[in-house]
Amino acid sequence: MEIQSNNFVSLSAIAIRNSEMQKAVSKGTRNGYDKRLAAMFAYGEEHGEAMRQQAAEAKRRALRQLPELLEMAEANMQANGIHVLWALDADEANRQVMDIIKRHEVKRVAKGKSMATEEIGLNHVLETNGIDVVETDLGEYIIQLNHEPPSHIVAPVIHKTKEEIRDIFIEKLNMPPTDDAAEMVAFARKKLRDIFLSADLGVSGGNFIIAETGTLCLVENEANGRMCTTMPRVHVAVVGIEKMVENFEDYATLTQVLPRSSTGQHMTVYTSMINGPKRPGDADGPEHVYVILLDNGRSDIYATKYAEALACIRCGACQNACPVYRSTGGHAYGWVYGGPIGAVLTPLFVGLDKAKPLPQASSLCGSCKQVCPVDIDLPRMLLDLRHDTIQQGLGDTLWNLGIKSWAWGNSSPRLFEMGGMAARLGQGVIGQNLPAPLGEWTKFRDFPSFAPKSFRQLWRERQKAQAQS
Amino acid sequence: MVLPERESPVGKKVSFFVTCIMDMIYPDTGMSVVEILEYLGVVVDFPETQTCCGQPGFNSGYRDEAKQVATQFLRAFKDAEVIVTASGSCGAMVRHEYPALFADDPQWSAAANRAAAITWDLTEFIVDGLGITDLKLRLPQPKTFAFHDACHGLRLLKLGGAARTLVNHIENATVMELKDCDVCCGFGGLFSVKMAEVSNAMLTKKIEQINACPAETIITGDVSCLTQMNGGLSRQKSAKRVVHVADVLAEGLKGKRDGDSIK
Repeated sequence: MEIQSNNFVSLSAIAIRNSEMQKAVSKGTRNGYDKRLAAMFAYGEEHGEAMRQQAAEAKRRALRQLPELLEMAEANMQANGIHVLWALDADEANRQVMDIIKRHEVKRVAKGKSMATEEIGLNHVLETNGIDVVETDLGEYIIQLNHEPPSHIVAPVIHKTKEEIRDIFIEKLNMPPTDDAAEMVAFARKKLRDIFLSADLGVSGGNFIIAETGTLCLVENEANGRMCTTMPRVHVAVVGIEKMVENFEDYATLTQVLPRSSTGQHMTVYTSMINGPKRPGDADGPEHVYVILLDNGRSDIYATKYAEALACIRCGACQNACPVYRSTGGHAYGWVYGGPIGAVLTPLFVGLDKAKPLPQASSLCGSCKQVCPVDIDLPRMLLDLRHDTIQQGLGDTLWNLGIKSWAWGNSSPRLFEMGGMAARLGQGVIGQNLPAPLGEWTKFRDFPSFAPKSFRQLWRERQKAQAQS
Repeated sequence: MVLPERESPVGKKVSFFVTCIMDMIYPDTGMSVVEILEYLGVVVDFPETQTCCGQPGFNSGYRDEAKQVATQFLRAFKDAEVIVTASGSCGAMVRHEYPALFADDPQWSAAANRAAAITWDLTEFIVDGLGITDLKLRLPQPKTFAFHDACHGLRLLKLGGAARTLVNHIENATVMELKDCDVCCGFGGLFSVKMAEVSNAMLTKKIEQINACPAETIITGDVSCLTQMNGGLSRQKSAKRVVHVADVLAEGLKGKRDGDSIK
């Protein structure tokens, strides 16, 4: 996927003017936010907060011992009959999938929802190699038809209204016209059923891997994940190396906060725990299961102060809570991950120079940290990334100069007071509109007048009057 | 990050940190803070060498420059027993960021930790510090209010309901609910300049809620957010305005009946 993150400002301007998208994102994020609140705190605030802290600790403990857990998971998955492959980057992961496809003479691939495969651009590689690949998560299916990337971690088509989706089905699939959502879903369901029945290989992601048992865990609501991982002959899971959890207890904790945080459910409709291929006597299941453990930059992040970002369980709660994301949607962020977690992960994955505006795309309001089920300090990371931007010499010259003179003017009370007087005088001359680069501000808002006398002047006068009386 | 523990401020002299925006644009609000504190019998001092807390530099990633300015703050308040401010994000800068910002600086780290530990927002100083919930105030005329919770006060300083508690007790003041009162107004310091259009989209949603709110006046505890919201309300020709909580409390002093006393 081409990285467009440096165009955040112009992409967000387009998004803000797209009234259909605004309607859809506003409705979707509010819905997700409200449902999360209700589910997370169904048994009181204390219980919800305790769950969060327990989940945060489970993920951090797993991260602290990640190398050991990865080896343990590999050994246990292999003992369960799963083929384990390690992919250093996107190219290697895609090559591994293509090798499996050739080995098992696969023609059609049914895909479950997976952000890791978005990251490596798997669909593009498969299509280029003449493989028929179909996304089977309803949201992903819709945007695949419309040749778009997902705009939200758990609700990929959050940016489209029901009417737009109807039009896509009519245009791309000749759906008989209807405005009834249930009819539209039934129509898609029938189409997808044929895919599940005819696919030779299913691709999934992975929400967690339990190291002590070598179990691949998936949560979903449409059964498409269940079908992708049981109906085709071969199942390939592409899983980021940060998805390890130590044991079953930790999984139990995390699998409670994930659906609560993302869809406001106490539990997803389908919770799959995959321990290996079909065994003798099993009624169904794939003959071969492969798990590709994807690094793709994660070990580099692991070695930095941003390692905590790897605790993310991809619930999308920070996107729903973020007032910036609510205004721009996910595509404006220009790569796979949008919203606060995307503003942190994108520069870490693709390099700060290719995603310079993203750490700035936040008012630092702190909602993201507040809702994060594993308590990732996203505002802190955004601040650190802003600091890195300056340290790496990527700051804009105008701002570099502006901040230097601001610091100079605020380092001495005399200069500070002179600056205040100058501002007052300046406003008298140029009026209410601020000069560049601050002029962007007065494009949309009226700037107040500087007071005729500053507080410190009033204070001095008051002190003087009190001394005299 | 955990906020530093604080000692009781009862009986101590208060050094007022007015903040640069309040100093230059809202000096009367600064005076309201002083009036309220003096009404409570608190001795107020204003260290005149204070400038800015350093937040604009810090939030833009310019930590050296932020430290340069913050050092001036530490110099100005070096003899302070208690620091009170009335702008959530500036208070959060001192309380939440100073310890880490100066962690590797042997010359200033002790002073930074101390500043973080003695700084209070006005409303929490009254409610949590002095233990007063009813200031015995009365507005000259009945008025309706609703609160906008400024982000840094809410999420970094954990101010909670201190301001609401105080206003709820004012006679003639009715407090109503502003929908999405805990959603950011879109200011975010230089964010509102660098990403002016996104900031404005956030502001527009806030203004829709303010216009739909039955309360006449919106109260907040941060002058920068107040500037953003009033700037938008004024541009969009709304009659609604946002006021600082200190000005509402000070107005409550005006309507007091003789004999109502806190002391």
